[in-house]
Amino acid sequence: MTDGKDLQKVNEDMRKLLARAAFGRGNFEDLFVVPVFAVVAALVLGALIMLATGVDLPTIGRSFVALAVGSAGSLNAVSETLTAAIPLVLAGLGLGLGFRAGLFNIGAEGQLLLGGTAAVVFTFSFPSLPFPILMLFGLLTGALVGAAYASIAGILKATTGAHEVITTIMLNLISIRLLEYILRQPYIQREGRADPVSKSVPDAGQLPRLLDWLDPNLRLHAGVFLMLLAVAFVWWLLFRSKIGFAFRASGANPDAARYAGMRSGLVIVAAMATAGALAGLAGAAQVQGVLGRASPGFSAQMGFDAIALALLGRSHPVGILFAGILFGGLEAGGRQMQVDAGVSIDLISIIQALIIVFIAAPLLVRAIFPWGFRKITKGGKA
Amino acid sequence: MSAVTTDTSAEKIASAKARQARITGAVLIGLSLVVLFLLDVAAGQVATFKLSRPRDVWVAPDLVVPGAFNTVAAALLAFLGVRQFLRGGGRWTSLSLGIGIALVIVAFLVWATAGKSFSLSGMLQATMVRAVPIALGGLAGVLSERVAVVNIAIEGMLLAGAFTGALMGSLLGGWGGLVMAVLVGGMFGMMLAALVVTFRMDQIIAGVVINLFVLGLTSYVTSQVFAHNRHLNNAEIFRSWKIPILGDIPVIGPMLFNQNLFVYGALILVGVTTYYLFHTKGGLRARAVGEHPRAADTLGIDVYFTRYLHVTLAGMVAGFGGAWFTLGSVGRFDENMTGGRGFIGLAAMIFGRWHPVGALSAALIFGFADSLQQKLALLNTPIPSEFLAMAPYIATIIVVAGLIGRARPPAADGKPYVKE
Amino acid sequence: MDVELRGITKRFGPVVANDNVNMMIRGGEVLGLLGENGAGKSTMMNILSGLYSPDEGEILIDGKPVSFDGPGDGIAAGIGMVHQHFMLVPVFTVAENVVLGVEPTGPLGYLDLKKARAQVDAINKQYGLHVPADALIEDLPVGIQQRVEILKVLFREADVLILDEPTAVLTPQEVEEFFAIVNSLKEAGKAIVFITHKLHEILAISDRINVLRQGRITGEGDPKTLDEAKLAEMMVGRPVSFTVSKGAGTRGRVMLEMSDVIMLDVTDERLLDHVSLKVHSGEVVGVAGVQGNGQTELVEAITGLERVASGKIIFDGEDITHASVRDRHRRGMAHIPEDRHRDGMISPFTIAENMVLNSYYEPTYTRGMAIDWSAVQETAAKYCLDFDVRTPSVFLPAGNLSGGNQQKMVVARELERQTKLVVASQPTRGLDVGSIEYIHARLIDARDEGDGVLIVSSELDEIMGLADRILVMFEGRIVAEFDNTDGKADRNAVGLAMAGAHQGAAA
Repeated sequence: MTDGKDLQKVNEDMRKLLARAAFGRGNFEDLFVVPVFAVVAALVLGALIMLATGVDLPTIGRSFVALAVGSAGSLNAVSETLTAAIPLVLAGLGLGLGFRAGLFNIGAEGQLLLGGTAAVVFTFSFPSLPFPILMLFGLLTGALVGAAYASIAGILKATTGAHEVITTIMLNLISIRLLEYILRQPYIQREGRADPVSKSVPDAGQLPRLLDWLDPNLRLHAGVFLMLLAVAFVWWLLFRSKIGFAFRASGANPDAARYAGMRSGLVIVAAMATAGALAGLAGAAQVQGVLGRASPGFSAQMGFDAIALALLGRSHPVGILFAGILFGGLEAGGRQMQVDAGVSIDLISIIQALIIVFIAAPLLVRAIFPWGFRKITKGGKA
Repeated sequence: MSAVTTDTSAEKIASAKARQARITGAVLIGLSLVVLFLLDVAAGQVATFKLSRPRDVWVAPDLVVPGAFNTVAAALLAFLGVRQFLRGGGRWTSLSLGIGIALVIVAFLVWATAGKSFSLSGMLQATMVRAVPIALGGLAGVLSERVAVVNIAIEGMLLAGAFTGALMGSLLGGWGGLVMAVLVGGMFGMMLAALVVTFRMDQIIAGVVINLFVLGLTSYVTSQVFAHNRHLNNAEIFRSWKIPILGDIPVIGPMLFNQNLFVYGALILVGVTTYYLFHTKGGLRARAVGEHPRAADTLGIDVYFTRYLHVTLAGMVAGFGGAWFTLGSVGRFDENMTGGRGFIGLAAMIFGRWHPVGALSAALIFGFADSLQQKLALLNTPIPSEFLAMAPYIATIIVVAGLIGRARPPAADGKPYVKE
Repeated sequence: MDVELRGITKRFGPVVANDNVNMMIRGGEVLGLLGENGAGKSTMMNILSGLYSPDEGEILIDGKPVSFDGPGDGIAAGIGMVHQHFMLVPVFTVAENVVLGVEPTGPLGYLDLKKARAQVDAINKQYGLHVPADALIEDLPVGIQQRVEILKVLFREADVLILDEPTAVLTPQEVEEFFAIVNSLKEAGKAIVFITHKLHEILAISDRINVLRQGRITGEGDPKTLDEAKLAEMMVGRPVSFTVSKGAGTRGRVMLEMSDVIMLDVTDERLLDHVSLKVHSGEVVGVAGVQGNGQTELVEAITGLERVASGKIIFDGEDITHASVRDRHRRGMAHIPEDRHRDGMISPFTIAENMVLNSYYEPTYTRGMAIDWSAVQETAAKYCLDFDVRTPSVFLPAGNLSGGNQQKMVVARELERQTKLVVASQPTRGLDVGSIEYIHARLIDARDEGDGVLIVSSELDEIMGLADRILVMFEGRIVAEFDNTDGKADRNAVGLAMAGAHQGAAA
C-alpha cells in the first residue's frame, strides 16, 4: 500500500515521463533544411547541365523564368501545377506507404498504367450509369486493378522472398507490352484507328472540372479532393491504425516485428496492395480527369517521378503532398520551359533524380553546405 | 529422456525436400498437359531445323523432327512428374525439373515450326549475341555484390555505356567510343560507390537514382542535341570477325567463333573474372570484404577502397556491355534502349549464384528467350507478339522467385560498413 | 616484447570509454584484465590493436613510442587480437582465413593455397592446435574456430596476444584445454592479455591482474593474494555476491510440454532432433549448451517463430504446435529474445511504441481500427516506473537507452502482462552487474508467482545460479538432465554433457 506522498511522487514521475520533448533543431534540419538545399542544389546542377549541352546563359535565365511562371505565375499555371500534382501525389502516397513498410516498390508505373486502363474500360463499358456512380466505380476499378497487379509482387515476396525491386521492374516492362496488346483489342480500340488508342471515357465517368466556369481551359478537376482525402487517409492509416503500426514496425525492423507476432507475409501483401491501389487510383484519376482515354505510355513516367516524390516527402503523407505540388510545378513549368526557351522537358527528370540523391544522402548535403547545419557530435559506445 | 535413434514417424515429418519434390512433380505433370493439349502437332507434320546455311564450308544436314515427338515428350514429362510424386526428393528433383524444362522448350519449338523450317544455328547465334549485355550486366553484378554492394544501377550503367558509345563513337570512331563508354561506365560505378560507401546512402535508392539520372540525362541530350545534330548519333559499328576454321564448324561455329568484339570480350571477361575472384590474392580479399567486412578490416584490408575499386570495375564492365547496344549493333542511340537488360542481368547473377560462369550460363538462357521471341514472330505462331516480348521478363520473375532462398548471396550483401 | 600504455584516454562523444589508463604488458606473462560489460576493456584493446586511435596518451613497445593509424598497424607491430565475436569468414577454409591479408602468392597475383596449407600445418604442429587446414569455418565447432583465430595471430608472428572473453563459448573442459594452449604460448615467450569478467578464470590463469571500472584502472594485484570477493568489489565498486537469492519454488502443473519435436532446415538437416521436455509452473528450467547446438531453434519452436516438422507442443494443456506467435503471446507466453537489438525492439520507435509492440491490438489500447495512443503512453510510463527503466520521457526513441535499460524495457513489456510461461534467451548478455541482478530477481519473481520459466543461456554460471532443473543440449538433442534445486548440480558433469558425452541422464 502506498501512502499519499508516494502516490503523489509516482504521479509526478508519470507526468514527467509523459511530457513531450520540444521540436528540436535536428528535426527542423531534417524536415526543412535538407529538402530546401536539395532542391536548390539540383536546380544549380540542372543549369550546369544546360550549359554543358550548349545552351547559352540568357536562354538558361529564360528557362528558369519560364519554370517559375509556368508553375505559379498565373491562375492557369497554378491550375496546371495542381492538375499535374494529383496523380503524382496519389502514386507517391502509395510508394511512401510501401517505404514505411520496408518495401521498395518500383512498380507504380505498371500499376498506374493498368489501373488507368481498367478505369477507362469500365467507364465506356457501362455508359448508361449516371454521373457520380460511373465516375466512382471507374476510380474503384482502377484502384482494384492496381492493387491486384501490385499484389503479384507482394505475394511473390511473401512466399518466395523474391526481391520486390526486380519483380516490380519486370512487372512494369510486362505492363507496357500488355497495354499495347489490350489497346489493340477490337472491344477496346477506338473505332477507325490503327494505332493503339482506347475508346473515350463517357462524360458521366469523368472527374468534373472545377474552374471551367472561369475559363474553359483550366483543367483542374475534382481529383484534387481525392488527393487531399488520400493524404488524410494514408496519414490515419500509418500513424493511427493498427495495421499501420504493423506496417511501420515491419519496415523499421522486420525481425522484431516477426518476434512481436506480426505476420510479415500479410503485412507485405497488404502494404503492396494498398500501394498498388493508390497507384491505380492515380492512373484512373489521370484518365478520368485529364486524358479521357488510354494510350501507350499515357503514364508519362509518373510512376518513377513518384519514387522521387515519396523520398523527398520523407514518406510522410503531408511531405508527399508538398513534394507533389513541387513536382507538379516542375512538370507544368517544364512544359512552359520547353515552349519558351526550347529546352527539353527531360531536364526536369534529371533535376528530380538529383533531388533524390541529395535527400537520400543527407551526409552529402551536409558535405556541400556545411554552414547550414549544427555540428554532428559522433555518438559511440563505451 | 532417451534419445530415439530410429525414426518411427518418418513419413509424418514435414520435410522441405519432400515438399519441393511434390511441387516439382505437380509442375512437371502440368507441363505434360500443356505439351499434350496446347502444343499438339497434327500427325504427319514435321519440323525442320536448319543447322547450317547453304553456302557454309561444311554443310550439316537438316534436323527433321516428326510431330509425334511432342506426344513422346508429354509422356516423358508425365513419367518424371509422377515419379517425383511417388518417390521424390534426393538429387532427382532439380535434374527432373531441368530435363522437363528442356523438353518443353524443344516441344514448343517443334510445335511452332511444324510444317515449316527454322534456322536453329541462326537462332543460337542470336542467342549468344543477345546474351552479351545480360552476361556483362550479370558480371558487373557479380563484381559489386561480391564486395557486398547491391548494384541496381547496372541498368543505368548499360544505358550510359550505350549513349557514350554512340556519341563518342560518332566523334572518335569505334575504338574511341568503346574506350569512352568503358570509362563513363566506370565513372558511374565510382559514383555509386561514393554514394553508398562514403555517403552511406541506401544501396537500393542509390541504384534507382543513378538509373533515373542516366535515363533523364541521356533522354535530355537525345532530344536537346541529337535531334538537331544527327551526325553526333551515328557511330561506326564493330562488325563480326570470323575466327578461321573454328568459325566454319556447324552450329557452334557461328555461335562462338563468328561474332563481334563484344561476344569475344564477354567470354574473355568471364574467364578473367573467374580466375581473379577465385584464384588470386585480390579476389580472396574482395570476397572477404563481401562476406565479413569487419574481419577483413581487422586484417588491414581497406574495406572502403576494395568496394570503390570493384564497384568501379563493375561500372566499366557494364559500360562495355552498354556499348554493345550501339557500337555492337545499330550505331545509334535511342531513349531507354536498354529496356531492362540491366535488371535481367541482375537476375542472371542470382540465377548464376554470384559466379561469373553461372551468370554467363543464365544470360544464355535469357538470350535464348530473347532471340526466341524474335524468331518466332517470323514463324507466324498464333501467340501475339506482345506476349512473346514479355517472355524474358516473365522468365526473370520466375528465376528470381524460384531460386532465392536456395542460392546464397555474399553474407554482407547490401549492408553498409561503418568503420569504428 | 613488452608493451606499455601511458595515460590513454578515449572518448566517444560525451562518453569517456578510457580515462587515463596506464598498463604494462610483459613477454612470458599472462596479464588478466577484469571488468564488467561496458567498463572499457574492449575499447582499450581496440586501441592496442590499432582499430581505434586514442585521444590522449601513448603506446610504447620495448620503450619506444609507436603510433597506429589503422587495424593493420597493430598486427604489423606484433600485437594480435582474438576478438570475442570471431573475425572469420564462414565460407572460407581455415587456410584461407589464416592467410587473408598476408597471402603467399605466385606470379599474376596467383594465390598459393598449397603453401598456405603447409604454413598452417607447421604452426598447428608447433603449438599443438590440431586444426584441419582445409575445413570450411562454418563446418567447425566454435571451440575449433577460436583456435583458428589464435592461428591467425600466430601466423602473423605476433608477440602479444590479446584474448577478448575467450572462454565465453567454451565448455568447462574446453576451458581447461584452452588454458593449456595459453600456457604453452606463455612458455614460448609470448605476452598474453586475458580479458574476462569471470573471476575464477582470471584467478586461475593470470600472473598479474588489472581491474577496469568505468574506464579507469581501479585495482591491480597478484592473483595469489586476491580472492573472488575482493576482485568483485574492485570490479563493481561495491560488495557483490553474484549468487542469486532464491527460495525453493513450489512446483505445480505442467505448463509446457514438448514431445518428440523435430525441426529441419531447408536441406533437411535436423536442427532439433526428437526434443522432449517439460516445464512446470513454479519452476525455473535452464537450458545449457555450447552456442549453436539447437538452443535458438528450441526457443523458435516454443514461441512459434519457426514451424516444426513433427512432434507436439502442449502449453497449459492445449496443443499449440501450429499456433501463431501472436496466439501464443495471448495465451500467456512471454519471450525475452536472444538478440534484443535485432529481435526485441525497434530502435527508432519510441519507448511507448516499443512497450506495446506485441499487444498494440488488445482492446485496452484500441478504439475500433485505431490505436489509442494516450492509453499506450500511460501504460508505457507505468511500465517504466515499475521496471526501473531510466528515461526522461516515453517519447524518446528506444535506441537512445543504455543496454541495461533497453533490456529492462523488453522485460517489462513481456512480464507486465498476465503470463504463464516465460521464455528467456540470454537474458543478461552484455549487461552491467546492476542490471543483471535486477533481471535475475524479476525472473525468480515470475517463478514465485507461479509461472514456468525457461532460461537459455550460454553462461553456465547463470544457469547454475537460476535454474531448479538443468537440461543440456548438444547437436539439436537434449542429452542430459540435472536436478539443481539446491544449486548443487555437478558442474563438471554438466560441462561434459555440453561437449556431447552421454552420461548422467538422471533426473
